[in-house]
Amino acid sequence: MKNKNRVVMDAEAIDRSLTRVAYEILEKNKGLDDLVLIGIRTGGICLANRLQKKIAAMEGIKVPLGILDVTLYRDDLLRTNKKPRIGKTDITFSLDNRKVVLVDDVLFTGRTIRAAMDALIDFGRPRLIQLAVLIDRGHRELPIRADFVGKNLPSSLWEDVSVNLTEKDGVDEVVIEMDSEE
Amino acid sequence: MNWLIKGARIVDPSQHIDGQMDILIEEGKIFKLGQNLSPSRKKGMDSIELAGLVVTPGLIDMHTHLREPGFEYKETIQTGSEAACAGGFTSIACMPNTNPVNDTRSVTEFILRKAAETNLVNIYPIAAITMRSEGKSLAEFWDLKEAGAIALSDDGKPVMDSGVMRRALEYAHSLGLPIISHCEDTCLSSGGVMNEGFPSTELGLPGIPGIAEDIMVARDLLLAEYTRSSIHIAHVSSAGSVRLIREAKNRGIKVTAETAPHYFTLTDDDLRTYNVNTKVYPPLRGKADVEAIKEGLRDGAIDAIASDHAPHALTDKEVEFEYAASGMIGLETSLALGLRLVSAGVLTLSQLIGKMSTHPSGILGIPGGSLRPGAPADLTIIDLQRSWTVDREAIRSLSKNTPFLGWDLTGKAVLTMKGGVVTFDELHN
Amino acid sequence: MILERKDILGIKELSRDEILLILDTADSFIEISTREIKKVPTLRGKTIINLFYEASTRTRTSFEIAGKRLSADTINISASTSSVVKGETLLDTARNLEAMNPDVIVIRHSAAGAPHMLAGMVKQSIINAGDGAHEHPTQALLDMMTIRAKKGHLENLNIAIVGDIAHSRVARSNIYGLKKMGAQVTVAGPATMIPRDIEQMGVTVHSSLNEAIKEVDVIMMLRIQLERQHQNIFPSLREYAQRFCLSKKNISLAKKDVLVMHPGPINRGVEISPDIADGPYSVILDQVTNGVAVRMALLYLLTGGKA
Repeated sequence: MKNKNRVVMDAEAIDRSLTRVAYEILEKNKGLDDLVLIGIRTGGICLANRLQKKIAAMEGIKVPLGILDVTLYRDDLLRTNKKPRIGKTDITFSLDNRKVVLVDDVLFTGRTIRAAMDALIDFGRPRLIQLAVLIDRGHRELPIRADFVGKNLPSSLWEDVSVNLTEKDGVDEVVIEMDSEE
Repeated sequence: MNWLIKGARIVDPSQHIDGQMDILIEEGKIFKLGQNLSPSRKKGMDSIELAGLVVTPGLIDMHTHLREPGFEYKETIQTGSEAACAGGFTSIACMPNTNPVNDTRSVTEFILRKAAETNLVNIYPIAAITMRSEGKSLAEFWDLKEAGAIALSDDGKPVMDSGVMRRALEYAHSLGLPIISHCEDTCLSSGGVMNEGFPSTELGLPGIPGIAEDIMVARDLLLAEYTRSSIHIAHVSSAGSVRLIREAKNRGIKVTAETAPHYFTLTDDDLRTYNVNTKVYPPLRGKADVEAIKEGLRDGAIDAIASDHAPHALTDKEVEFEYAASGMIGLETSLALGLRLVSAGVLTLSQLIGKMSTHPSGILGIPGGSLRPGAPADLTIIDLQRSWTVDREAIRSLSKNTPFLGWDLTGKAVLTMKGGVVTFDELHN
Repeated sequence: MILERKDILGIKELSRDEILLILDTADSFIEISTREIKKVPTLRGKTIINLFYEASTRTRTSFEIAGKRLSADTINISASTSSVVKGETLLDTARNLEAMNPDVIVIRHSAAGAPHMLAGMVKQSIINAGDGAHEHPTQALLDMMTIRAKKGHLENLNIAIVGDIAHSRVARSNIYGLKKMGAQVTVAGPATMIPRDIEQMGVTVHSSLNEAIKEVDVIMMLRIQLERQHQNIFPSLREYAQRFCLSKKNISLAKKDVLVMHPGPINRGVEISPDIADGPYSVILDQVTNGVAVRMALLYLLTGGKA
């Protein structure tokens, strides 16, 4: 049973962070040339969509968007018999020589991003890969860092950080749940 | 050699006896049956008290395969004899599909010599109808009879040529040798590995229709009728065969028939696990056939129960189902499976013993099947209450190919006596 | 989601939920075969042995590609070249392979029940790639996947399976699968090719092609083996084709959006006329594509540690 839910970001806070991240992406890349957004299933898809919309509002250009399912690249896949559901990967454009901005909701151990990079490289040879996340909660197990961060959120390992978004959860909020099962 | 057996229930269908009596045995022969007998003056008379047990004439299995000469890796006359007396048998008849086939006197004499050496069970060789059982030219029936063969069969194969079978029936009849027919129309059965029916359709295995047996039974009955001879039908498995045999008997044709315990115990549904030990010829059939077999035993259409004991080594069986050898051992489970018919009310105990002792001796014309005074002291002592499990390690046969492994059965032969000598004793342990 | 099974030996023992799991997983694998780099590292370091006692290019290649696209090491053993020719029994072959510690063994054999025998002998997962006339589960799964992809569902569809039903493992597996998923199945062929009591599997039996394909959603044509002619199962290919070949003459009896399927290889002009085989109703090539995805799905679902 989880108790003690703390809402650390509400809808407005999330929106402001995403706006800032969108500007940072434009600034760091000095424009949109060869830029593509790839949302990591499932948390990153909605965020990538929102970033695409914000960038379109800012620059009038719709940046190509792809969806990446990293299940088959995970490093913990065959350790148990539980097989996670494999989602669809949908990248309809070439990644060769593109600037890929990977989008995910929470950066934690870094293993998902490691898997995502392996997947991307099987799709082609990007010129560079950058990482945009809404929440960075620390506790990295691999040498991975984000280029664009919505909010840094130091957390303890007993906590669960959830990013709820209207498109899939009905509400925009980032919640920390204390898992009393541990 | 001299015994006084007291207090047992004696079941002897040949004398219509089923009740408590004592038996006096002298010099290896039955001397007297009666109430409250006292031991005679013969020296060395042993007295045994068998209250609660049943004594019957020694069981006779008229269809076994002892595999020697030629297939000693599956079974030998020695190991087959040990299995037989553990199953309660005092006499067995062995089929000629050895290597070489028992189609000449030398093979018959070999078998008899080996049997005498082991001396655990009376062994009666059945010789072949045709040379090498190829179904083409008759073997030397008279010479074989002189050598000691008591019947003729090409078991394992049918005599497909009706002309050859006709001559065989005529010639054998004139010599008083029974012909035991393996009824199979190989044109209908060829390629098949199990009964043709819904299970074979689901399993995708080529099937053998019941009519492959029925057609040859019909043919053999008509040939026996025409040649005015007699015939014995081996391992009856199908409802059609039972019906034909019953009708033939009603018409006065001289036919006798046997079935094996698996045909009243298992069906083709039991093959669904691809258990190679269920692969047998004739194949296990459907429920309707099993019911017909039971009815045939009950009303006398089928005269005898014979095990068709067919040992096969692991190397012959532990392969893909289609390639596995057909056959199962049966000497050690026959009695217990037959007793299930008694518990189910299909047969009385007396009728069962008739099928497993008295009738086989009559059909083959061999001594036994009776506890009349003067008869050899061949007896089987049965504990009807004994529970036991068919355990691989305890099987005395050299081969262990039985689908009844692990079955819990009730009823067992606990002592077997041949000619007044104990050949198997599980009583005094 | 877990497939709580060691082996895939047949469709008969699979539940509807298990079939759905496999089909859904297979859907996710389709996309990988369209990429530039058709490989994911999921089964890297796993060993898959394809033990084919019966010759087969199509199925074996499909399994091989499936394994390789998952980054597994796939090894093909065909009976004609292996120690089987020297008389090694299935039992010994199995024990030898087990001693080399593969993860999955895929077996095709002409004797029904051989995969079951193998599954009982070794600890590895066994996938039945066809055993005699008994079952061919991966074929039925890819057939169901193909139908579902085109029609959106399997429930309440009318499906006709035509040809040598008696000797067809494809027919049996499809009958089990399609019925579990709620479809209606009709079988048709010359009377000599209809196995005994097959109505008990819940199918309707017809002895005429035209009767069987009336208003059906899917027609599955089966391959005729020439050897059967010598067993008097049918008098001649000519007569078989005249009575049972699917062509422009009779295809209009089925629904307008009918799917035409065939497990391959096709005897053109015997089971299907060339224009139907290559025409707009045919999904024969989709079957092949889906075959790789289904086999990838099974390899994925069967390998891995225990929970």
